[in-house]
Parts: sequence; structure tokens; C-alpha cells
Amino acid sequence: MSIEVRDLVKRYGAITAVDGITFTVERGEFFGFLGPNGAGKTTTISVLCTLARPTTGTVRVAGFDVERMPHEVRQRIGIIFQDPSLDTQLTAWENLALHARVYGVPGTLWRPRATELLKMVELWDRRYSLVRTFSGGMKRRLEIVRGLLHSPEILFLDEPTLGLDPQTRRQIWAYLTELRRQIGVTLFLTTHYLEEAEQCDRVAIIDHGRIIALDAPERLKARVGRDIILLSTADNTRAAQELEQRFGLAPMVVDGVVRIEAERGDELIPQLVQHLTVAIKSVSLRRPSLDDVFLALTGRQMRDEDSSELDLMRERLRMRR
Amino acid sequence: MATFELTENLRSPSATTRAVVGILTLWQRDLLRFWRDRTRIAGGIAQPLLFLVIFGAGLSPWMGTLGGMPGGPDYVQFLYPGIIGMSVLFSSIFSAVSVVWDREFGFLKELLVAPIPRWAIVVGKALGGSTTSMLQGLLLLLLAPLIGVRLQLGTILLLIPLLFLLAFSLSSIGLVIAARMRSTEGFGLVMNFLVTPLLFLSGALYPLSNLPIWLTVLTRIDPVTYGIDAIRRVVLGSADVPQPVIDQLGVTLFGHPLNPLFDAAIVLVLGIFLIVLAARQFARPD
Repeated sequence: MSIEVRDLVKRYGAITAVDGITFTVERGEFFGFLGPNGAGKTTTISVLCTLARPTTGTVRVAGFDVERMPHEVRQRIGIIFQDPSLDTQLTAWENLALHARVYGVPGTLWRPRATELLKMVELWDRRYSLVRTFSGGMKRRLEIVRGLLHSPEILFLDEPTLGLDPQTRRQIWAYLTELRRQIGVTLFLTTHYLEEAEQCDRVAIIDHGRIIALDAPERLKARVGRDIILLSTADNTRAAQELEQRFGLAPMVVDGVVRIEAERGDELIPQLVQHLTVAIKSVSLRRPSLDDVFLALTGRQMRDEDSSELDLMRERLRMRR
Repeated sequence: MATFELTENLRSPSATTRAVVGILTLWQRDLLRFWRDRTRIAGGIAQPLLFLVIFGAGLSPWMGTLGGMPGGPDYVQFLYPGIIGMSVLFSSIFSAVSVVWDREFGFLKELLVAPIPRWAIVVGKALGGSTTSMLQGLLLLLLAPLIGVRLQLGTILLLIPLLFLLAFSLSSIGLVIAARMRSTEGFGLVMNFLVTPLLFLSGALYPLSNLPIWLTVLTRIDPVTYGIDAIRRVVLGSADVPQPVIDQLGVTLFGHPLNPLFDAAIVLVLGIFLIVLAARQFARPD
């Protein structure tokens, strides 16, 4: 067992950021925490990484209690934070050297490892460049290398691709997949990108500090189960009424479209087009995603949430760097 | 159980090793960064130079010879040690307070999750900040010939520990404040309500004798007063200013003139007190 969390509660004053969560992560597993901003993902990761103390509950990481033996935990985990935590005035290699020193990894061990990992993420040629000159994606890659330098049992990734462009995001994921294949490290990911959560072995969906579902992505989606039809009409309210009364469906109006779930969407669409009295502007049909799972469980969409002040500030900072 | 502990020890270094490694790493990092950042070094010389050349030269003609006796320094010579102290003051406080920035968005986060004790991070940061601030101060000694102050090797060797001590105390003040700051918005407040009063009360710009009683009391509470007094006594002594003049221009405490050693002791005691305070505050996890 890599991570064992039981009844974890974390309060900051009157705010309950994490409200009684329980889960375990197996060795070698790729485990994801999916939820909107402010759901408690970063707080949970802070507790797991010994940066914040649990208010109540027990947390064991890599076999050690985070409260009683934080240094033992720290020695065995690697962390990639939301915000870059490299020293931009130093070179890539110097950043790695500092890390190795602080974690007590002798040069005979870390140098070959750093060499291999830097080559894998294609930063070897830039190892003597100041990190200040790196792009956001390059910094992320270097942080992944750094996080793995002391051979951790678990690598924590807190929104590792936040603020990166889609192409860079895909690239980072290609590296992570490759690293996982070669090293077999346990990965603990928090994200609010659905595509990223889809790649996990298991996903915990978290909302308002609680885990509302925990299973393999395929099985979570199977719970929602049915096809999803999105209708854009001239009068969504009236369309929804009609769908409810004449077709016995349970429509929801979300983001200016009418959303219906059905067993056989492909067969339902022709009927709708034929019988609905409201003019239809467009129709689309798709298989359920994790966003639909979230919607089914909470009645909200994950992307509705406004970015907080701090997020905006972070965005601006990233642009500047 | 015994074998378990043995393998554990192999894997995990002792608490002392961790602390020492943490301190050295941060110390070395600050030095490396100082060396990289030539613009900061240049900026660290430019501001004191402006003070000396413009502020000092502007006031100097009105002041004549200070100390009321032959052999006294002119105002620029009097100001010079004060400006060295000012440079140390600015750079130590800001290198320490910048930890807030570092903690929220930078490298410090990497250290906070590393298997090293927090107090070691604080001590390492204080030592790093004091070393670079001391170097900033020492660079100003290059201006000595321009001011007409002769410096002997012995003077420089004496100034190194004095500047370091002052920088260490001030870095510790900065760290105590940084421990309580959650955002970088407080930087301006620190400048207005801490650094500026510390400078104005320190005797960097004017002699601390014949002052109204309230000002006398405030200047003696300012720790920078003692740091600058020590620097000034050493520098003026090296410039062959007679001892009675130095005592005239130097700080007195309850009517007794101080000496560099006593000044240094005050700064040292304060520094130790503050670094312990800072380490305790940083050690608390959220």
C-alpha cells in the first residue's frame, strides 16, 4: 500500500477544505484526484506531502505516518507543484545538484540518473542553461526529472499541466507515460482536465472537500451509462418541457443547450427531429465523459467554476516568467 | 526491529546531517545567485554612491569639520561608514523578506518539502543573506580612496565580522517578519515602517549626540545604531581621526562612549535572539 488515508479532515479556521475523505492507493498505481478549483485537491496533496497537518484523521504515505515521521515520508516522495519551484537563477544541472544534496543522494547515484532522465525529456543539451531562459513546458519537464532524482516511491503531481498550451500538455503526458512504463513509480495526480483523469487507473472525484465517487474511469462512465444528446433549439425552456411531457425524458438545460440522456441516442435523434415542435438548431450525440459523471453526481459542470483571485495571479505570473 | 533500524539509517541521514546539509545548501545557493546577478551588485553600489556623492556633497560645505576639534572628518567622511551600514541594512532586510515571495511561488517550496528541518532552512537563509549583504557592504570599501579615507588591511579584516554580524541580525529581523507575511503586498509596508525608521534612527546620517531626549531614546533602541557605530569607529580610526573626536561623533550609552567590541556584542545577542524567534515561527506547519 502506497497511500492510506482514513477520515481525513483539514480545516483552516472556519473553512473546511477537506471534509472526511478515505481512500487508499496501491503500489505502482496511477491515481487521480479530479474536481473543480477549490474542491480540496491541493489541500489533500499538501497533507499527503507533509506540508499541512491533518486536523483529524490518519494519513500514511510510503508506510509512514505523515504527522509522526514527516522526514521519512519526504525522503520517499517526489512532488511537482502547481507553480514552478525551480531556482531560475541557477542552471538546470545546478537545480538537480541542489536537490540531490538535500535528499542525501550521492553523486555516483544521481548523476547517471539525471543524465538518463534529462535525455529522456530532451533537456540534456540545455543542462547548463539558466532555468530563467526555459519555457513553461521545459521547466515542467525539469521538475519531473528533479522529482524523480531521489528514486521516490510516489510522485505527486499537483495540476502538472496547468497553464501550459495543449501541445506542451500532450508532450508532458507522453513523457510521464514513458517514465511510468520504465520506472513503475506510483503516480498521484490532481487535475481538473478530464483528458488527464481518463488516463488514470482509478479516479476519485472530489467536490466540496468530499470524495463523491471513486473507481476506474471506465466504470465511472458506465455508471452514467447512457448516450448524451445535446440539443440547441430556438426556445430551450419550451423544448425541455416538451421532452419531459411527450418523450418522458429528464432534460437539463446547461450552458444554453438542452441535455438529454438516453439508452440509444442514435435512435432517439430522428424521433426528436420529427416530433419536436420547437425549431432545432443543432444536435450532437456523444458517449459519456467524466464531466458527465461529475454532472450526474453534483448537478453542476466542472468548468462552471470561476477562477479565484489567486489563480488569476498565478496565471499572470506564469505569463511573466 | 534492530535490523529494521539499521537499514533505515542507511537510507535516511541523521537529523544533524540533514540540518547541516540544509544550512549549507541554502547558504551556497545565495552565494551562487549573488555571483550570477551582476546587476544587483551594480545596483547595490549605485544607490550608496548617490547618497555619498549628492547628499553628502550637498551637506558637506555647511558642516565643515565635525567633532569640534582639529583632525575631525568632513561630513562625507562621517557619512561614509553610515552608508556602508545602510547598504547592509537594505540588502539584508530585502533578501530575508523575499522569502515570502520564494515561499509562495518559488524554490523555497521545494525546500519546505525536502527532508530537512525548517529551522535549518531559516538559519541557512539568514547566513546566505548576511554573507551576500556583507559582500555588498565590503564592495563599498572600494570607494574609500575617493572619500579620502585610508584603509589598512587590519581595518578590512575587522570590518568583515562587523558587517557580517550586523547583516545577520538584520536578516533575522527580516525573517521574523517574513514568517508572518502571507502575501507580497506587505513589502511596501516593510520599507516604510521598518527599513526607513531603522535607517533614520541609526546615526547613519547624523551624529547621535545633543539630540532631544525622545530621539535619543529611539536611536538607542534601533539595533542598526550599534552596527553603524562599530563600523564608524573602525573606519574613522583607520583614517587617523583622533580618539576624542571619534568618541564625540560616536554613540554613547548612559553617558559612556561605546567601543566596537561592545557594539558587536549587542548586535550579536540581538541576532541570536531574533534567529531563534524566526526559526520557531517558520517551524510551525500549517
